Amino acid sequence: MSQLKEISPGKKFWVEFVKGIVVTNPVFVLVLGLCPALAVTSSIDNALGMGAGVIFVLLCSNIIISLIRKITPDMVRIPVFIVVIATFVTILSLVFEAYIPPLYESLGIYLALIVVNCIILGRAEAFAQKNPVLYSIADAFGIGIGFTVSLLLVSLFREILGTGSLSIFGFTLFSIPVLSETPMAFFIMPPGAFLVLGLLLALFRWLGVLKNE
Amino acid sequence: MNNSTSLITIFIGMVLINNMVLTKFLGLCPFFGVSKKLGNAISMGVAVTLVMLLASLATAIIHNYILIPFNVEFMNIIIYILVIASLVQIVEITIRRTNILLYNALGIYLPLITTNCAVLGITLINASAGFSILQSIVSAIGAGVGFTLVLIIMSGIRERLEIAEIPKSMRGLPVAFITAAFLALAFMGFGGLL
Repeated sequence: MSQLKEISPGKKFWVEFVKGIVVTNPVFVLVLGLCPALAVTSSIDNALGMGAGVIFVLLCSNIIISLIRKITPDMVRIPVFIVVIATFVTILSLVFEAYIPPLYESLGIYLALIVVNCIILGRAEAFAQKNPVLYSIADAFGIGIGFTVSLLLVSLFREILGTGSLSIFGFTLFSIPVLSETPMAFFIMPPGAFLVLGLLLALFRWLGVLKNE
Repeated sequence: MNNSTSLITIFIGMVLINNMVLTKFLGLCPFFGVSKKLGNAISMGVAVTLVMLLASLATAIIHNYILIPFNVEFMNIIIYILVIASLVQIVEITIRRTNILLYNALGIYLPLITTNCAVLGITLINASAGFSILQSIVSAIGAGVGFTLVLIIMSGIRERLEIAEIPKSMRGLPVAFITAAFLALAFMGFGGLL
């Protein structure tokens, strides 16, 4: 960590960015934001939509919270953060409802539940309120993309095993001959989400990417 | 869902079929964090049920008498989260002043509940299903009972997992997730109940 102080601001931007994707990956390392990671990963489309939504809210709220960090009284900072985040979630959900209704329908209440996603409040508390705007932007992108990648990884397994094919926004990329006729529907149902995430966590630990408990 | 949906149907649906944790994935943080000991699981379950009940009552009143008449339903996310946050504060202060024993049992869990998606989740589910105030109360109690039930079952299993021989990389969270998967599979059997 002592190296961080000596490097240039431009480089620190990339350090914060990469750190969010790998070192502090929200889902697999910090184990935050589990509700959406399980609930919306039944298809790639939903995972992408959710990831984009979280990146938008995280970015906007990180910028605002970083800008007002010096005038926010310490006592009321959590309510302030929550109102800022809730405002952007409302904007997001209105935009989704107006322009991409099918995605809005399939994300359902999980879109509104971005408000209580621990990742966003966690980044506001742990990063944006202590750091200047530029680094907060890098942090938001890093964590947001790390979150999206994790969602995509889980949904990749669930969609391929659960439907026997893989499609993005209506285009079928490939389908597996036997599996697509009799798909293992277990994987797109709720229990499959728990199983896939549990096995992925175990796999990362086995590979030594994550520390054992 | 129309207004004729019977209260018993809502209750059983929330406890067993649309279980908060296992089918809606809400309240996972306390589910994995607090389910290591039976005593903690019960306290957490009671605290969440209490807050869900109060939050659903408050938001149902606000939804039916303020948001709908003034046509500002799109504001529900901001209003609900503020109502829940202040409600949790009020409950915490009230319990601390009136019953110190209960406070010691539930106290540390209450602040965590503000950012618990299960509480905001149930109020949003009630609003999107168009429930009346009475239906909202019943569905909140059902959701709370369902949450507590699953938390108790899980804590019983995890107390045994502690002493079981598990591969090193599976210990802790991964095996908890896999256990939850089979629990969810078992609960899917209730699907044909109603």
